[in-house]
Amino acid sequence: MKRVYVNEKWCLGCHLCEYYCAFASTNEKDMARALKDIKISPRIRIEEKDGISFAVSCRHCCEPLCVKGCITGAMTRKDGVITIDRDKCIGCYTCILSCPYGAVSPSEDGAIQKCELCIKTHSGTPKCVEGCPNGAIVFEERGE
Amino acid sequence: MREGNFRNISGCAISGIISKSGRRFSGKLIIDSISVMHERSNGLGGGFTGYGIYPEYKDYYAFHIFYDHRTAKKECEEFLEEHFDIINLSKIPTRKIPEIKDEPLIWRYFVTPLPTKLNDSQLDEREFVVKCVFRINTGIDGAYIFSSGKNMGVFKAVGFPEDVGRFYRLEEYEGYCFTAHGRYPTNTPGWWGGAHPFALLDYSVVHNGEISSYDANRRAIEMYGYKCTLLTDTEVITYIIDYLHRRIGLTWNEICSVIAAPFWSTIESKPQKEREELEYLRNVFDSQLITGPFSIIAGFEGGMMALNDRLKLRSMVVGEKDDMVYVASEEAAIRVIQKDLDKVWSPKGGEGVIVTVEEGKI
Amino acid sequence: MAVEYIYPDYEIIRDYDRCIVCRVCERQCANEAHEYLSDSKKMIADNAKCVNCHRCVSLCPTRALKIVKSDHTFKENANWSNKSIKEIYKQAASGGVLLSSMGNPENYPVYFDRILINASQVTNPSIDPLREPMETRVFLGAKPDRIERDEKGRLKKNLPPQLRLSMPIMFSAMSYGSISYNAHESLARAAAELGILYNTGEGGLHEDLYKYGKHTIVQVASGRFGVHPTYLNSGAAIEIKMGQGAKPGIGGHLPGAKIGGDISKTRMIPEGTDAISPAPHHDIYSIEDLRQLVYSLKEATGYTKPVIVKIAAVHNVSAIASGIARSGADIIAIDGFRGGTGAAPTRIRDHVGIPIELALAGVDKRLRDEGVRNNVSLVVGGSIRSSADVVKAIALGADCVYIGTAALLALGCHLCRSCQTGKCNWGIATQREDLVKRLNPNIGYKRLVNLMTAWQHEIKEMMGGMGINSIEALKGNRLMLRGVGLNEKELEILGIKHAGE
Repeated sequence: MKRVYVNEKWCLGCHLCEYYCAFASTNEKDMARALKDIKISPRIRIEEKDGISFAVSCRHCCEPLCVKGCITGAMTRKDGVITIDRDKCIGCYTCILSCPYGAVSPSEDGAIQKCELCIKTHSGTPKCVEGCPNGAIVFEERGE
Repeated sequence: MREGNFRNISGCAISGIISKSGRRFSGKLIIDSISVMHERSNGLGGGFTGYGIYPEYKDYYAFHIFYDHRTAKKECEEFLEEHFDIINLSKIPTRKIPEIKDEPLIWRYFVTPLPTKLNDSQLDEREFVVKCVFRINTGIDGAYIFSSGKNMGVFKAVGFPEDVGRFYRLEEYEGYCFTAHGRYPTNTPGWWGGAHPFALLDYSVVHNGEISSYDANRRAIEMYGYKCTLLTDTEVITYIIDYLHRRIGLTWNEICSVIAAPFWSTIESKPQKEREELEYLRNVFDSQLITGPFSIIAGFEGGMMALNDRLKLRSMVVGEKDDMVYVASEEAAIRVIQKDLDKVWSPKGGEGVIVTVEEGKI
Repeated sequence: MAVEYIYPDYEIIRDYDRCIVCRVCERQCANEAHEYLSDSKKMIADNAKCVNCHRCVSLCPTRALKIVKSDHTFKENANWSNKSIKEIYKQAASGGVLLSSMGNPENYPVYFDRILINASQVTNPSIDPLREPMETRVFLGAKPDRIERDEKGRLKKNLPPQLRLSMPIMFSAMSYGSISYNAHESLARAAAELGILYNTGEGGLHEDLYKYGKHTIVQVASGRFGVHPTYLNSGAAIEIKMGQGAKPGIGGHLPGAKIGGDISKTRMIPEGTDAISPAPHHDIYSIEDLRQLVYSLKEATGYTKPVIVKIAAVHNVSAIASGIARSGADIIAIDGFRGGTGAAPTRIRDHVGIPIELALAGVDKRLRDEGVRNNVSLVVGGSIRSSADVVKAIALGADCVYIGTAALLALGCHLCRSCQTGKCNWGIATQREDLVKRLNPNIGYKRLVNLMTAWQHEIKEMMGGMGINSIEALKGNRLMLRGVGLNEKELEILGIKHAGE
């Protein structure tokens, strides 16, 4: 299955992936209108220290701890992609605590959110991959 | 304006006949052949080359010269006397016909270089002759040598080729090879010197086409001492052939691989040794590659070569019967003089047809 | 400063309706022109720091930014331009030589833009490159003036070493030091994929790039940086840099600040020292000295590599070229006055040298007049901006062209001409690791390949239009060109007729 992989050699810490991710989750066609005066909570986040930066997003683990810990069954694994049923999510934050990568985060309406490889928003390449200006984020099959 | 002051682009007709056994035949044959292709010309140029036509003088260079006026003749003859031993000179016999007008003075000289002059020049005999021809053509106003080979001669004028043939009484000549040309220029040449064929020493070329590489070829060949005074394709092709054959020493097959070099994709599919040779020729003689449509018949002492450009953008047909080989822009021009042919075909673009007379027959 | 003589040339205009405060402009500007105000949650910009490199504009996800020329004006003056006035202020303040980067931007005639190309019609058919073979392969090197045959009568390969290129374009010399390692890697990989060559420039060759040696021209410049036997033998050809179009008569200058670890190792000089290449090669004071160096290099490499001599286009370039053609060099490279540079004194860059079109026409004619044109191949550069320029250059007589600025533009350069500051926001003309990172060779080399592929296709279309299907038939074919708006003298020097003739 294709996953989003990040190469810190090329990551510039520009944070554009975060904004493209946030834009992808809206239904707007124009990014300025979509994100104006909004504090974004993206599903991919830059972590940076000592001149190294790296974008972190859900790894879609083969043995997902978040799915194991989900008490309502809102987190499921379908065709390799870990997806969230927002109607079932009760906002208990167990998954946020379980994820070893810190890839899950709360959203504005109480349910949780995380990278779902843009399958709900549009088909094809995830927006963070398209938006990275330096080829640091790729969408590849690595046989894992 | 004379040819040479401007570049005259033309479409044409060509024809060539050779006997592989060296048997001499009448010039009437070539006239009959070219006249069938009347529609390919517009009457503004025609000419012939005959090989083996001067057997009594075969060891001497036959200069055919146009003079605009008597002063040019005088000056030219002075130069010739200083450099050559003139064995014989005369007007070229012609027949007055209404279709050919404004003729210049047309004279013929059988010459051989003066031994002392030749020694002093430290050149080989043929180079000496070439240099003298250039001196006269560029240096003596009103004089133009249009044929300078041994035992061969060019006959040309402004007019339809069949009329030119009758004018020069070509039917009275006998040779083992004849080539002919009929011209359809886009500008009006007044001057006979600009008509085709073009010849230097025993190399003569008749050409149908318009080469796109002209200026690249011209500027390269002029580096070796040739002077392109007529600004025609045929002139530069003749110089290229003279350079590659006489001065460099390439074989006729190698010359075809230079001027109509195979495409790289073709070269890459050949066996290694052949591939290296073709690559070498294309690299070293890159400025002698000719692009653009052409079909040429090059005559030389003892043979004839017919060649089309690589994309075969001009027609050319070859026919054979017994010891005779015929080449023409159209099959009709061959059938009219030889109805039954053993073989008739259209050569592929870039593949030269080289015919030589058997050893010792001429 | 108490008195601010120089008002910023450019202004950063932000459309606040479109700005989403993503701060990418702030994060990506090495000149720190953008700032985020945390209390008002707004982005602001300091125009004085802007060099008009467009990094922020290109990365802004909502296209909220643009850079405009400031309309702050001096009184109109046809003689004293704004530029001339400001340059005096700068020199009054610093007492120093004005430095500039990239090529001459002044308003001199661009002859390529006054030359038109032919097409075949009626009397001679044009050729469709999508259906017929259209060949752009060229060989560079000296050609023999006679053939030799072996005992079997077959032709012997009596050729000095040649360079084989898939198309008549190579990447010009840009030194490691003036540009980044990632830029060099992009050029090397693109050259390898395209079947052409790139040039190390005078900064030597980084050891990680030796593997592209078959596609590398190693340069020997007056400073002899990085020149050792392995270096010479690693490339496909050796180029002796006698001059450069952007700065004829003077040598290169790389400030000590840019000489860090890898650069110092590759150039073989101590870290932090200024790398100043002397004006002449101090062992070449005349043409016979050049001949000696040419043969020394050939001896050192076993006569296996062609030697290129690169000169700047100056007034007597034809005579110089004629001398070089007899010195044993295989290829002459001529760099016109529009050529680019990492840094050069402004006055030299803008006022010294002649246009490459005229230099090329003169050199080609002189070499042919003297019968030595086949002793060398001619490569020209400075500045070749499009495939049309390539076709015109070859028709004037060149065998091949060098592109420098065009290649950098493909890599992301926006010609802001601030290379000498070492803060190239595109990761090209800088050695700062955080900035070099911005040029990902995986992306860069692909863009170069795209550019060259596009140009090659355009060249084939133009050739086909002229009825030519092999590029060697275009070389020196001046009848395929016509001038427009040129005077008699210019036409005479270029050796072409005027349109309509």
